[in-house]
Amino acid sequence: MIDIAVKKVLRDFTLDVNILMPEGGTLVLLGENGAGKSTILNLVAGLMAPDTGHIRIGGDTFVDTATRTCIPAESRGTGYVFQDYALFPHMTVYDNIAYGLRIRHIPRDAIDARVRELAGPLDLLPVCEEKAGSLSGGQRQRVALLRALAVQPKCLLLDEPFSALDVRTQVQVRQELKGILAAAKVPAIMVTHDLRDAIALGDRICLMEQGKIVLCGDADTILQKGKHPFIDQFFIGTCKKEKDNTG
Amino acid sequence: MTITIERICMRGNLSLRILVAILVIIAVLFIGIPLGALLLRVPPALLLVSLQDPVVLDALFLSLLTASISTGIVIGFGTPIAYINARCQYPGKKIIDTITDLPVVLPPAVAGLALLMAFGRRGLVGQYLNLMGIDIAFTTIAVIMAQVFVASPFYIRQARTSFAGINRVYEHAARTLGASPLTTFFSVTVPLAMTGILSGAVMTFARALGEFGATIMFAGNLQGKTQTMPLAIYGALQGDMDSSLALAVILVIISFAVIIVIKILTEKEEAVS
Repeated sequence: MIDIAVKKVLRDFTLDVNILMPEGGTLVLLGENGAGKSTILNLVAGLMAPDTGHIRIGGDTFVDTATRTCIPAESRGTGYVFQDYALFPHMTVYDNIAYGLRIRHIPRDAIDARVRELAGPLDLLPVCEEKAGSLSGGQRQRVALLRALAVQPKCLLLDEPFSALDVRTQVQVRQELKGILAAAKVPAIMVTHDLRDAIALGDRICLMEQGKIVLCGDADTILQKGKHPFIDQFFIGTCKKEKDNTG
Repeated sequence: MTITIERICMRGNLSLRILVAILVIIAVLFIGIPLGALLLRVPPALLLVSLQDPVVLDALFLSLLTASISTGIVIGFGTPIAYINARCQYPGKKIIDTITDLPVVLPPAVAGLALLMAFGRRGLVGQYLNLMGIDIAFTTIAVIMAQVFVASPFYIRQARTSFAGINRVYEHAARTLGASPLTTFFSVTVPLAMTGILSGAVMTFARALGEFGATIMFAGNLQGKTQTMPLAIYGALQGDMDSSLALAVILVIISFAVIIVIKILTEKEEAVS
């Protein structure tokens, strides 16, 4: 379950959202930069606090201003993939993936097994001993994702996970992520400004503008011309092609 | 053809280049000649003989001991101050910043006098300590206090700049992965700021080792107790010039080592970034 109902006054506007996904799945927050999408991720992760409202993920209440509940960031069990991945530059790939497990005092053998189990399918074993800074964009994205998944999070938070990748890698990693999300079976919230990411991965897509949700629904509901200029702009190329074909 | 044009273009700058070269040579000679003169006066044999002199040995041992303790104290107290001032906004932050920076510009003699007025036998705090039978002035503790007072800004400023330069997203990542604020600080923040922390600590150690003014005012000049290397150089200058020169050369060597360490650390950081 994803249940987010929060208000927070930001510098340029007031963030005011109400999202309920009783069935869980992947929620995509879509919109231009500065719409307040990443703020929602930070509120869920516990890196920011709402002025009023509540956030419930699965059976856990992360924050509820009515009952003055606020679980600190380190106890929420979220897996956050940051926009620029935020891999610890002073650590190797292995240490990055193992970081959350070491914090939980898991035995060394179990950590080793878990890291290998995660890194193997994504071809990261050969670079395990390399420093995170020496990896390619696609590899860094995978390491960030594995670091977040290693701790078996209650909720996965993805902030523009494909924006730092070139177009070809984006297509590949999008497919990979789809498989990983399906296998992990955890609620996920993804922030993106790209409709293609939203359509490919979102069970529910919420279009945000100035801190408010202006359109919400599944891919079929969202993907209709004339509903919102943000969605329409993605049809421009298609319309031109149709015109060219008929002409 | 290209070479000729380059030469023509450079000709205009020639006089400026010569002027800059002369300025650089004068500046280098100004620092290099006195150091050279010092090193030339102390052949290795004399240095070895002087190292057996009890005055030299006592001063060397006391200096290394007190400077190490001072550096440890500065790191212990200075790291949280540097971090908080780099990361947090709180009322009175500018005042705290100014006070911690002040010893850099304060003449060491003034620092020594201020310490004496505070912790001397009749000082503001010292009079009460005296009642409890605690005497600080003119003891080894006074040497350490003088060094901490004078050298702490070198560490705090450097550490503060390093902490401020770390992208907070790394700390956020650690927190979401389950690390408490303290674990995050030691496992992510400190390692990322390590170059700055180390060069600040090395600078502090060097400044503490060279401390003279505040020490002589607050701790006096007692061999084996408060007579550090700079004080021994000054003391020996009245009589045994060789000891004075040997101590000076040791300090020059340490200073060179400090600069080299800092350069290596800085280059390493540049290479990483």
